[in-house]
Amino acid sequence: MATKNPIVDPMIEPRTGEYAVIAPGHNFKSVTQKIAGLVLTSNTPLGWFFGLIVAAGVATGLVVGCTWLFLKGVGIWGVTIPGAWGFAIINFVWWIGIGHAGTLISAILLLFKQTWRNSINRFAEAMTIFAVVCAGTFPLIHVGRPWLAYWLFPYPNTMNVWPQFRSPLAWDVFAVSTYATISIVFWYVGMIPDFGTLRDRAQLPAAKYFYGLLSLGWRGSTRHWIRYESASLLLAGLSTPLVLSVHTVISFDFAVAALAGWHTTIFPPYFVAGAIYSGFAMVITLAIPIRKFYHLEDLITLRHLDNMAKVMLGTGLIVGYGYCMEVFMSWYSASHWEFFMMWNRMFGPMGWAYWILIATNLAIPLTTLWSRKLRVNVLFLFLLSFVINTGMWFERFVIVVTSLYRDYLPSSWGTYRATRWDYMIYVGTLGLFTFLFFLFVRFLPMIPMSEIRMMLPQTKVRRGGTDAESVIEETI
Amino acid sequence: MPPREGIYGLLAEFNTPSELVHATEAAHHAGYRRMECYTPYPVEQAAEALRFHKTRVPLVCLLGGLLGVTTAYLMETWINVWSYPLNIAGRPLFSWPAFIIPAYEWTILFAGLSAAFGMLGLNGLPQLYHPVFNARNFRDGATTDKFFLCLEATDPRFSLEETRRFLEQFPAVSVVEVDH
Repeated sequence: MATKNPIVDPMIEPRTGEYAVIAPGHNFKSVTQKIAGLVLTSNTPLGWFFGLIVAAGVATGLVVGCTWLFLKGVGIWGVTIPGAWGFAIINFVWWIGIGHAGTLISAILLLFKQTWRNSINRFAEAMTIFAVVCAGTFPLIHVGRPWLAYWLFPYPNTMNVWPQFRSPLAWDVFAVSTYATISIVFWYVGMIPDFGTLRDRAQLPAAKYFYGLLSLGWRGSTRHWIRYESASLLLAGLSTPLVLSVHTVISFDFAVAALAGWHTTIFPPYFVAGAIYSGFAMVITLAIPIRKFYHLEDLITLRHLDNMAKVMLGTGLIVGYGYCMEVFMSWYSASHWEFFMMWNRMFGPMGWAYWILIATNLAIPLTTLWSRKLRVNVLFLFLLSFVINTGMWFERFVIVVTSLYRDYLPSSWGTYRATRWDYMIYVGTLGLFTFLFFLFVRFLPMIPMSEIRMMLPQTKVRRGGTDAESVIEETI
Repeated sequence: MPPREGIYGLLAEFNTPSELVHATEAAHHAGYRRMECYTPYPVEQAAEALRFHKTRVPLVCLLGGLLGVTTAYLMETWINVWSYPLNIAGRPLFSWPAFIIPAYEWTILFAGLSAAFGMLGLNGLPQLYHPVFNARNFRDGATTDKFFLCLEATDPRFSLEETRRFLEQFPAVSVVEVDH
């Protein structure tokens, strides 16, 4: 099929046909000025203050909710028997899942040499850490006596009491604390060279001092860079199995229990795919306003949005496969309990939640994301990212609640109704997440400068001046 | 510690990575060994020119990972078998498959921390003072858009006059002395 018109696109390099990741016309200085300028500027946009205050106001809900919870106990929540797991677990799994896309972008895409990730990996990692902070809140506050939460860790104590390592809840402690630690270390290590840049470009003495300390004295020495690259690659290689294991361990919290609707082997892969699905949706939710307000369209291009939408399409299909297999297995198992669970999930009193989940997680995204036009439509993607994250929240709601409230014994059936404190604490974590993110975009470099520099055409090194051979090598 | 008298070295500033790599290669051919390149992003060819190939970061990381898996597995076994044995639904005290999961997480935790702190340790960071920061042009460009080659005074071939002449034959923006 012959094309009538040659494709004219400023993003396509005419000589090589390579599709550029960042818009043309940038050099080392311009990208540095652009990104460092956002942090070092003395003119903080008014909108930033407004957003920060609103987010802080919403986050107050978390403080108030937790205070009342600590005073009264978990009885203020809607959890009861048989629905002993409610919003706390739903929100925990949802937040941790959101965090996973950050690690995927920073680690797995680095190993696959997907250079387009460089523009979005820093704030995706930030998103991971803030999501883990929000997620970590829930297990801590739902233990009933949160001041004793440190008993979960194996530490020598005079009571001579130790954790029980056959329990998935103990595995959770190890998985999530490792995940939080490694994510923070990876994030910080990634920022060290950029802190060096900020230190050298800062005008205010306080900023020089602050970024100087954070940079640890980074000076861009080649020997340092080689070790640095080696450590980054190792951290990426370690984060990859880590991120896959974390949601696997979280799915074990359910899958190890002998409850219809939880006790399935498909949970680990299906949880991981769902996590990446919701995480990419959250990256899009954050990336679209950021590139708009900070005029970063050159660095976070439509190609980034398109690629992320493709990842969502792929992971969404895996999630859809998971849903189908759950239904299939509940029929194929020939188990009365499994069959009833699935019927109750679809058509029982809480069936509406299942159909919201199917509509928002499968029907809407998986029909529209095939279209390239819609994938590069910024407004559509922005709205779709909210739809998907609503769907992923409902997925956890369906898994937790509809499996629990009608189990084996009809005499013990009950229902679940969240209270205002459940909603307040959940909305409060959304506020905390936004609040932390506002602080991040103001005080830390939100795009990795050193990695963006590596993507510029000026990085090509010509050997021995400009002899014929090297010119040919370069044009190829 | 090298003596803190005289100058630290001569610092040549370049506009492009190609010029830096070319000058570094030439300096190596001329017999200079104690030298270092400073670049705003990793330039692999510069490391080749410096003949710096191997790092010990992967080794440190491996040792950390082995330490992590051993520590976690032995700890779990000791706790659940000897120190605080509990009968959980008749499962064996030494439930080795269950113990793999926390041990796996600690392998990654220890290996990751070893890679990060090992890298910093081998690099000698944090080190908030370094003589190259005394060069006025260094902080303007080294972390932004300029490429530097520093020939250090501790090199046996170093002589202020000759080395300066050597560096000036390249298209360097400037060649400055770096004080301690």
